[in-house]
Amino acid sequence: MARYLLRRLLAMPLLLLGVATAAFLLGNVVKGDPLASILNERQMNNPEVVAAAKARWGLDRSMPERYAIYLGNLAQGDFGTSFRTKRPVMRDLLDRLPATLELVFSAMLFGSVTGIALGVAAAHWQNGPADHGARLLALIGSSVPVFWSSLIALYVFSVQLGWLPGAGRLDAAIRPPESVTGFLTVDAALAGDWHAFGNALGHLVLPSVMLGWAVLGIISRMIRASMLDVMQQDYIMTARAKGAGTLRVLLRHALRNALVPALTIIGFTFAYLITGAILTETVFSWPGIGSYAVDAARALDHPAIIGVTVLGALAFLTANLLTDIAYVFANPRIRLG
Amino acid sequence: MPAAPATDPPLLEIRDLRVHFRTPAGVFEAVGGIDLDLTPGEVLGLVGESGSGKSVAMKAVLGLLPPQARVTGQIRFRGRDLLTLPEREMRRLRGGRIAMVFQDPLTAFNPVVTIGDQIGEMLWLHDRALSRRQLRARTEELLALVSIPEPGRRIGAYPHEFSGGMRQRAMIAMALANDPELLIADEPTTALDVTVQAQILDVLRGLQARLGIGLVLVTHDLGVVAGMAREIAVMYAGRIVEAAPVDDLFAAPRHPYTRGLIGAVPRPDGGGRGPLVAIEGSPPGLTERLSGCAFAPRCPLAAARCTAERPALRALGSGRAACHFAGAPAPAAAEAAR
Repeated sequence: MARYLLRRLLAMPLLLLGVATAAFLLGNVVKGDPLASILNERQMNNPEVVAAAKARWGLDRSMPERYAIYLGNLAQGDFGTSFRTKRPVMRDLLDRLPATLELVFSAMLFGSVTGIALGVAAAHWQNGPADHGARLLALIGSSVPVFWSSLIALYVFSVQLGWLPGAGRLDAAIRPPESVTGFLTVDAALAGDWHAFGNALGHLVLPSVMLGWAVLGIISRMIRASMLDVMQQDYIMTARAKGAGTLRVLLRHALRNALVPALTIIGFTFAYLITGAILTETVFSWPGIGSYAVDAARALDHPAIIGVTVLGALAFLTANLLTDIAYVFANPRIRLG
Repeated sequence: MPAAPATDPPLLEIRDLRVHFRTPAGVFEAVGGIDLDLTPGEVLGLVGESGSGKSVAMKAVLGLLPPQARVTGQIRFRGRDLLTLPEREMRRLRGGRIAMVFQDPLTAFNPVVTIGDQIGEMLWLHDRALSRRQLRARTEELLALVSIPEPGRRIGAYPHEFSGGMRQRAMIAMALANDPELLIADEPTTALDVTVQAQILDVLRGLQARLGIGLVLVTHDLGVVAGMAREIAVMYAGRIVEAAPVDDLFAAPRHPYTRGLIGAVPRPDGGGRGPLVAIEGSPPGLTERLSGCAFAPRCPLAAARCTAERPALRALGSGRAACHFAGAPAPAAAEAAR
């Protein structure tokens, strides 16, 4: 297992290099002048300013040259400087990553727990009202566009009913807790600031539920299908013959086996949401990676775009690796090697 | 079967047990009214081909059939009718006083839980007061009981790390965990290598006798029950066609199906009656239960009466048989065959 992990970890830089190269090349064939986002219109008419800006941002060099410099910097963990924010891309990403991770963690927590519960219930009461109800809920979550359902939810629960705070991570009137993990809820709890904790948690509820709802469909369907398969297995009969109750048979014997195929989906979805929660982040003004990606794309901010791309790839590779490791614990018949 | 004397109450009394399955295509009869008796500490062999209803009948005893099965009749365990018992009490019996050993020990163990934990669970389910250490000690004892070497080391192994024979030993150990009075072994050797089959039967026979457990040995193989059971019941198409003490059954089988089964068992001592004989054809499917004798289409003795009228199971000598010609002297039967 240690050798397997080492091999996988060594392969990661190579894969990331491929992703970075592809992102770099794609960025260069896209029409549009990145200078337009660096300079304003009046400056663009001044050849001296343009030349200075080109030299400042390296845009006067040839593409291979820029590629070589970029890779050299990348190897040192330097993603370059954003055209738009004029800050190192790495710092932008690190500033925004905790917000996204906090959102995605809680969305996945909600989506997985609810999805697994719905899947188990649907399989246990196959073709009964619970099954149909779970199917409907999953279908709505998967098919209704998240930006629309999020807007409706914001309107109903925040504006009309006033049960939950609106967009953003924290009310403007509340002082953010000292940053330790970057997760506002955790930091507030660490600081003992329960007022901020409650507020941050409240802000987290709607986006997490809406984002989690969008992913619980696939998780619950997956769990249902593998539960139905597992429930036919002989060892389920054995468990019942031992005198185990229904809940114990379902959770300890069936779910533990049914979870294995669902792990892939959960890991994949998690990675996808790191850069894919764009719509949710936009609707809820969540200062995360998704909204950063949108801003970067609009401004033709090449360093930021490549940065987000590489980060997304890293998230996928990490999630894949973690999923493979999780397999070993979920299923002792699997050996990594 | 003669009524058991009051001093020796039967462990298991099955009366007119019927099992119907409701399916979208209709209702099918899997077990068509069987009677069985087992006294404590005895071994009953329940023999039949696949689909004869023997496994279904035994799963009905433990209440393990799926919800679409309708079970009627009586299954009395120590005098209590299991079919009317609330689920909570059934759960206490399952794995407690009544245990089951399944056919394929590879699929009957949960693949992601260690053998030790699965046996420990069996103990814990019936005595929540047991500590972790007690569970472990008792589990090791049980593994040693079925002659698994180094039980202390094997306890943490997963089912796939055991050989087939060891798995079945562990399955037997698990079944015996709570000192059951009744053990139902459903084809316990069928999925095993021939060389291992004899060992498993030895283990079962030894422990059954030593612990005084009532054992129902379900099998399609007469050879398996021959050396173990005192009484044998032969099932065909959901019904018992012949039941008799083992010696009488082998010496003078009364039902042509039993005769066919015995003819199909190879005898290493050479004491056979000529070459092995296969029974022609195959048993009827669930959907094609016949009004007459279910065995008639394959029976060498079949006559017009057989397809018209179902023969009742009647007492004959020391046993029972369900054949119109079972009581007839041999020459008449032979004549009918022609």
